[in-house]
Amino acid sequence: MKNRLKVLRAERDWTQAKLAEELEVSRQTINAIEKGKFDPSLPLAFKAARLFAMTIEEIFEGE
Amino acid sequence: MNESGNNWSEASASSRSSVHKWTTGWVVSCGLAAFGPRVFWDYEPLISIAFVLLSLGVGAGMVLANGRHLRQMDELQRQIFLDAGALSLGVGMVVGCTYEILEDIHLITFEPEISHLVILMCLSFLIGLVNGNRKYQ
Repeated sequence: MKNRLKVLRAERDWTQAKLAEELEVSRQTINAIEKGKFDPSLPLAFKAARLFAMTIEEIFEGE
Repeated sequence: MNESGNNWSEASASSRSSVHKWTTGWVVSCGLAAFGPRVFWDYEPLISIAFVLLSLGVGAGMVLANGRHLRQMDELQRQIFLDAGALSLGVGMVVGCTYEILEDIHLITFEPEISHLVILMCLSFLIGLVNGNRKYQ
């Protein structure tokens, strides 16, 4: 699944570790999601959407 | 730093540490139950029973600590852990049954040891963890 996490993170000048802390996951999980190797669960996608004040569709894009 | 994120990291480290302590305790209690009768108390039944029960109790604690640790993990870590567990269980069951049959059909002359199966399951679990971590790097 494609996503804009890396771009949104860069816009805020956040590291993967910082985003991982905000979402209460490991840095490895953020890295895997950004690279499209792992699809987040719906609760985690909602959490990311709330964090960036966006909708899930604005962050994640189905293939 | 986000306080809840910090809490999650601390809780994660704490549950890892708890699993480590319980596992170490179980290995030590298992070793005492297995070798203590011969080395320390000359097969005194009451002491042996006490150490066997202690080993079972600490083992139960280890299982519960593992369960808490699994619930504490994030979803990717849990996925990797469960995949490794499935591999270990599958390998243990298939190879374990085959290993037992080997003696029945006289292809091996020694009696199959449960410790061989435990070692195999641990190794396959470790391989599963390494593969899972590499896959999501």
